Amino acid sequence: MTREEVLNTLKEKFKNDIISVFDKSPKRVYIEITPESLTRVAPFVFNDLQARFNIASGMDSRYEMEILYHFIIEPINLLISFRVKLPKDKPEIASITPFFEAANWIEREMNEMLGITFKGHPDMRRLLLPDQWPEGVYPLRCDYKEWDETAIRDRGV
Amino acid sequence: MARTIVPIGPYHPLQEEPEFFTLTVEGEKVVGIDVRVGYNHRGIEKLSERKNFDQSTFVIERICGICSTSHPYAYTRAVEDVIPMEVPPRAKYIRTVIAEGERIHSHLLWLGLAGHFLGYNTVYMWAWKLREEILDVMEILSGNRNNYAMFTPGGVRRDFKPDDIPVVLKKVDSIVPTLTMLKKAVIDDPVLHARTKGIGVFSKEDAINFSALGPTSRASGIRKDVRKDSPYGAYDQVEWDMIVTENGDVFDKVVLRILEMFESIKIIKQCLDKLPAGEINANIESIPPGEGIGHIEAPRGECFHYVRSDGTNRPVRHKVRAPTFMNLPTYKATIVGQTISDATIILAAIDPCYCCTERVSVRTVKGKKLYSGEDLIKLSQAKTEKIREQLRK
Repeated sequence: MTREEVLNTLKEKFKNDIISVFDKSPKRVYIEITPESLTRVAPFVFNDLQARFNIASGMDSRYEMEILYHFIIEPINLLISFRVKLPKDKPEIASITPFFEAANWIEREMNEMLGITFKGHPDMRRLLLPDQWPEGVYPLRCDYKEWDETAIRDRGV
Repeated sequence: MARTIVPIGPYHPLQEEPEFFTLTVEGEKVVGIDVRVGYNHRGIEKLSERKNFDQSTFVIERICGICSTSHPYAYTRAVEDVIPMEVPPRAKYIRTVIAEGERIHSHLLWLGLAGHFLGYNTVYMWAWKLREEILDVMEILSGNRNNYAMFTPGGVRRDFKPDDIPVVLKKVDSIVPTLTMLKKAVIDDPVLHARTKGIGVFSKEDAINFSALGPTSRASGIRKDVRKDSPYGAYDQVEWDMIVTENGDVFDKVVLRILEMFESIKIIKQCLDKLPAGEINANIESIPPGEGIGHIEAPRGECFHYVRSDGTNRPVRHKVRAPTFMNLPTYKATIVGQTISDATIILAAIDPCYCCTERVSVRTVKGKKLYSGEDLIKLSQAKTEKIREQLRK
């Protein structure tokens, strides 16, 4: 499959789910999809297009939560990033760990760092933050405030 | 049969990273594993958002001491992808030489530790002595044995001196005979075969499912290498082969890493021979709003950085994904069903930091202590000794 065929297949198959396509360069494409369609798009790309799951990267863009799911198709050297925007008051999306194990840890990380809920994740424990970290405090959000009075960071030390 | 829980970790001075493994064992057989990470979480992604694009290069260089080139390389490529731009040809070659030098020293370090855990302390000493030669080469070229600080968005910070190149070529050549001897020692040794063949097999299906990277996946027969699939630097201008082995066991991973070092030597020599003249830095003036992805092949697999810029001099989001993040969960697939004396080498095979095993303590269900950490390594070394005895007869 060539690059055009892959993109046309995606546009054809998910024409109701794709919001916008940004064709940045020969190696990079950003596709924004609706959050509901992720459980259809991700397995299709992983199994049928035989892409490798690079990683997902979540971020708080002040107005909404944004997740980018990066997939690479090696034979044609194309990195496709699927963008999903979630409302900030209720960031919730279906987990893709049931389809492939590679997404397991990164969903755990985004859950604790940004407070995004992944429905259907088999093992939603903390991954990186310590046990004494309070519930409901998400360090990578824009409105994060220092909660630990003994912490020496941010004081010019 | 009674189940025993074996905690491994989390801290040890020799480790690259602290990790905590909980092995569930039945007698000698491992039936379950759980991994806990995060003991060394320093919030570098958050920290990077407060630094400007140049400063971030130095912060992320300190993510890991062993791959102190991989992270800046992936990051600078991500920043260059935001613009997008190409770096000058001379900078590409210099970057490639530094990245391959790092691959050799990282693989030698791993080989030495793997030898130690299998009871081959001679391999350990040889490999680390050889590593000194490579570190000397890096010192000649960059001024540092580690944390080279060569990278900057748009190019490199220091040029190679013409006088140094013959010295470096001679030094690189001088490690080939010892490396060849190590290769022969590993491939011909019947004890090593008995210890590592068929141990901790990682199947091709699992490798795809876990999206495993680098040597961990290439040992399972997956032909994927960022250097070939998505060429960067000078990798498409020099001749080298991607090493792929089929069986996915520990032996294949050892052989694969040794063969990769020969390829790295080939790349370094060709790059230094062909080194083009010209600028080494494109001097980026400003970074426009946008997002960029940079990924490169680190010694352990693909290193992935995502950077978003809003047009100011700082990234608004910087995501770092190290290769071990994808390789570590593969323990679930490799270790279950193996014996506890093989656990150390299986945990080692993906090349994480596994010296933590020295802190192991084995307890029965009642809480009575049976083994200390050193005993577990002794257990592993004793098994090698036993196989050696049997072969002698």
